[in-house]
Amino acid sequence: MCVVCGCSEHVTPHQEHAHAHAPEADPVAKNPINGDLHFGAGAARVSVPGMSQARAIKIETDILDANNRVAQQNRAHFEAHGVTALNLVSSPGSGKTTLLCATIEALKARAPDLHVAVIEGDQQTSFDADRIRATGAPAVQVNTGKGCHLDAPMVAEAFAQLHSHHDHPHDHGGDHLHHDRHHHGGHGLLFIENVGNLVCPAVWDLGEAAKVAILSVTEGEDKPLKYPDMFAAAQLMILNKIDLLPHVRFDVARCIALARQVNPNIEILQLSATTGEGMEAWLAWLLAGPGVARAARSQNVDVLKRRIAELEAQLAARG
Amino acid sequence: MHEASLAGGVLQVVEDTARREGFSRLLELRLEAGALAGVDVRALRFALECLAPGTLLEGARIEIEEPTGLAWCLACSQTVTVRQRGDACPACGSYQLQVTGGMELRVLDMRVSDD
Repeated sequence: MCVVCGCSEHVTPHQEHAHAHAPEADPVAKNPINGDLHFGAGAARVSVPGMSQARAIKIETDILDANNRVAQQNRAHFEAHGVTALNLVSSPGSGKTTLLCATIEALKARAPDLHVAVIEGDQQTSFDADRIRATGAPAVQVNTGKGCHLDAPMVAEAFAQLHSHHDHPHDHGGDHLHHDRHHHGGHGLLFIENVGNLVCPAVWDLGEAAKVAILSVTEGEDKPLKYPDMFAAAQLMILNKIDLLPHVRFDVARCIALARQVNPNIEILQLSATTGEGMEAWLAWLLAGPGVARAARSQNVDVLKRRIAELEAQLAARG
Repeated sequence: MHEASLAGGVLQVVEDTARREGFSRLLELRLEAGALAGVDVRALRFALECLAPGTLLEGARIEIEEPTGLAWCLACSQTVTVRQRGDACPACGSYQLQVTGGMELRVLDMRVSDD
């Protein structure tokens, strides 16, 4: 999807857009409607009586609707392929790629049948995908150009690339139907390494099972509070580079408290991708699948719902 | 920065609607960007202004409503208002909050002209 106007054209410079934008509109001064009319007030929201040249249209469409529809297709697609997709988000330099390389190496020994693939998002270069490919795992680099995040259509295309370029056992015809689940020798893991940015990727659903936020101890411990939207959207926070803790001023307890302040349900793992410390818990989390945590969370929700029902019953009894 | 992409999403919704409803001119557009939607409203407005020339957005009046952030406080069992994520419950100081409102990011409605 074009990052500039959201159209599906794959043209980067906006000037070259082939799709027709509407002809020029008159400036607002020519507007026949009285400027006093407040759009949000009363009946004017749906109709403007006595002004036949103007009409109101109710839309109520999510601005991210186009992205979210593709994200849902991705989700169904991953499901059909038996793939658990994780959206890895962090600042630049938190060690995402190093963590992925170490994870892929460790999984080779731990779960040799697991099919692991990576989609790498960066503004430029294929350095990260090259590093992943050096481990033997298939990887596709997505360069976003001026874009600050991956979106669902980018991931859809990258996933298709992974399948057309990497030992795919069967040929998908023109249209890609999933009457039966076709797995690649069992379950698969897809890591989507988002563009290093703790702001924008929080808003774009890619079709992932969970967002994993990575924070290294060389950054500030207060990042969860500085970039709350991302930590609120993440299911798991990984504190990376803990081997450096003796050399930096980083209050782990405060960092965890701040993350829980923003997201009371967030799971937290501490590890060092370089020394391997703490990797065992991360591998276990991956192999258990984020579905386990979801089940625990829905149990939590059930408990809360029961509590609400009890309180409502008490209220009713009082009333 | 992602407000530029969101502005693109707004234009897409407007163009889709223009195709469906067959109007020629957009007079007024009303959006909703909740306090907890992760959007800077000023940046979104700026992005829409930059995108407008040559599109249906040109010359249209754009209103952006900003619904307040709402959360259910588990500790004091009531709905409270929050300015941003990570805020404590204004009533009891607990952080056990479940966001229930203010995440809206929608095109609400538009007023159009057929001439």
